[in-house]
Amino acid sequence: MSHPKLASIFNKDEKRVNWHDKALWFVRHKRDLSVHQVKGWETLRNLGHGIKAHTLSNLDNYLIQFEDNALKNGVQVHWAANGDEHNKIVHRILKENNAKKVVKSKSMLTEECHLNPFLEADDIEVIDTDLGERIVQLAKEPPSHIVLPAIHKNKHEVDELFQEHLGTEPCNGDPQYLTHEARKHLREKFIEADAAITGVNFAIAETGGVVVCTNEGNADMGAHLAPVHIACMGVEKIIPKQDHLGVFLRLLARSATGQPITTYSSHFKKPRKGTKMHIVIVDNGRSEQLSRPDFRASLHCIRCGACMNTCPIYRRSGGHSYDATIPGPIGSILSPGKDLKKHSTLPFASTLCGSCSDVCPVKIDIHTQLYKWRQIITKETKQPFVKKKSMAIMGNVFSKPSQFERVGKIARWSLRHLPKSIINSKPNAWGKARDLPKGPKQSFDQWYNQRQDKNE
Amino acid sequence: MKVGLFIPCYINQLYPQVGIATLELLEKLNVEVTYPSGQTCCGQPMANSGYENESIGACNNFVSNFKDFDYIVTPSGSCAYHVKKHYNIINQTHDVKNVRNNIYELCDFIVNILKIKDVGASFPYKVGVHKSCHGLRGLRLGSCSEVVGERYSSLEDLLKEVKGTELMSLKRTDECCGFGGTFAVTEEAISVKMGKDKIQDHLNNGVEVITATDTSCLMHLEGLIARNKKPLKVLHIAEILNSQYFTKVPN
Repeated sequence: MSHPKLASIFNKDEKRVNWHDKALWFVRHKRDLSVHQVKGWETLRNLGHGIKAHTLSNLDNYLIQFEDNALKNGVQVHWAANGDEHNKIVHRILKENNAKKVVKSKSMLTEECHLNPFLEADDIEVIDTDLGERIVQLAKEPPSHIVLPAIHKNKHEVDELFQEHLGTEPCNGDPQYLTHEARKHLREKFIEADAAITGVNFAIAETGGVVVCTNEGNADMGAHLAPVHIACMGVEKIIPKQDHLGVFLRLLARSATGQPITTYSSHFKKPRKGTKMHIVIVDNGRSEQLSRPDFRASLHCIRCGACMNTCPIYRRSGGHSYDATIPGPIGSILSPGKDLKKHSTLPFASTLCGSCSDVCPVKIDIHTQLYKWRQIITKETKQPFVKKKSMAIMGNVFSKPSQFERVGKIARWSLRHLPKSIINSKPNAWGKARDLPKGPKQSFDQWYNQRQDKNE
Repeated sequence: MKVGLFIPCYINQLYPQVGIATLELLEKLNVEVTYPSGQTCCGQPMANSGYENESIGACNNFVSNFKDFDYIVTPSGSCAYHVKKHYNIINQTHDVKNVRNNIYELCDFIVNILKIKDVGASFPYKVGVHKSCHGLRGLRLGSCSEVVGERYSSLEDLLKEVKGTELMSLKRTDECCGFGGTFAVTEEAISVKMGKDKIQDHLNNGVEVITATDTSCLMHLEGLIARNKKPLKVLHIAEILNSQYFTKVPN
């Protein structure tokens, strides 16, 4: 379904829209309070942007350097060209280690590759251990936000879900009880796990180490207990130096939730004695995106979710309305690169207000890229006849002043004389909930000419 | 100083009073203004809808009308921004570069070129400023809540000097109103919801009149205000800056 359709379905429940909007605005506001206290915040953003641009321009070298150093550390490194290869590599590693039970911390990459169903098809149990992710996993839904995966669910829905799946007592949505129960449930899973999968926030070329940021410590809990740790990362997660974390860790948590830093910023460099560590490096369309000059900066993204929290459309349409792994503004510039037709309405799900670009910690020109995708989409995918035709007619009218005057006259007359029942009838989506202006008798042109005549 | 006035297409046809206020205001400030005939549109409606190519005729018409002016002034942040940012689709001749460099939104022109803050207006109302996005984040007519730095606003600089005007602060100082050009109809549900929320913020903060640099935002808000019979008025900032009301006009 298109974004407008899914968004209008979400908007049938206005109370829910209000609550969703307020919850995310609260996070955006917390972000404001936090970043406005940081001297040199804009310098940090510039640095973040610059380091990412530099890294992407030298990605091949940094990836090789990263692999060399990781191998030296005793980590096994794998390369996957696409999601399918990624899934097969992870599956093979699990098989080699007789792993039947897997705990996984948050990784949008494994969502993108649809790893869970792939493993489950071979009877491997995969438990998402981030609380929000576990909630949506139990509800058999995809995450609706990249940092707050279950932000679309209220506590009563979580209560019901836990009763059904975890056997909890009805608690009228008591958050403390519910989190305690989730903790008990997840602790068991951590202890039983044969392998732990984590995402990667930053992969450091000069050390071969990776950094995983969580607030729940679930990545650590998984990787520290299980005999096998598999870290999955997109090629764009590379940063050249350890020092650069001083820029990105400061940017990431503040932009995401307004926290000065995530509760856990865990550095994984080499396997513990007697355990194995694997890193799977995935392309899956990223080098193609890198080859598009107008859109390559979308790969700067550090997945903080600030553009979602700030986006007035996202807040009022919900993450699922984007029908894409990464929703919101950043998703709307990434997804068309993967499947232009499927995601053709996403770049239009924006007023081009520019808030996403201004909030972005690595200064991705998101709204400019949305505009640019629009130009491509109208050329390369089938567009509604009415839209195409009306744009051509408008273009023609506006290129010839005499036509503009004639059409303007008719429009003003119609707005003045036609009954509202006709003006606001179905084809006019504007009129469904809004009035149109009353057509004035005189245009500015006519007023001005009259004034000139009088003066002469 | 040769100043050309650009009146956007929808203001010309639907809101001539905004064009009139703009012209009268500039004349009051002793600016000699020329209004070239044969104006249509900056091309934005087609371009933002993904049909940049269909806007080329409008762009060329704009350039031929305004190529010889030192300054082009328009009561629309959005149109000014469009000319500046998106006229890269036509050949970058001397004329095209000129219009892109020389176009100014009205408040920007008054505050930063004329260096005037007090335009001598009187308007005894509680006013809420809607900071239209293209003016705010495109032309940087003011600081926005996302970016860290000095707080400023050309609009507020001007309105603070208007006699009798009380500027009301909002909970969300610079969230989009949901107009967005064709977005208003293609994403009708969200557009309407955004507009309703915006209006509620103004109502909650005692605003009597919403003003903005862009009549397009105001048309959207006015449409919702009228349909839902809310006790609010909308006026383009040029209309306030051109006002001489010393007491409130009875409804």
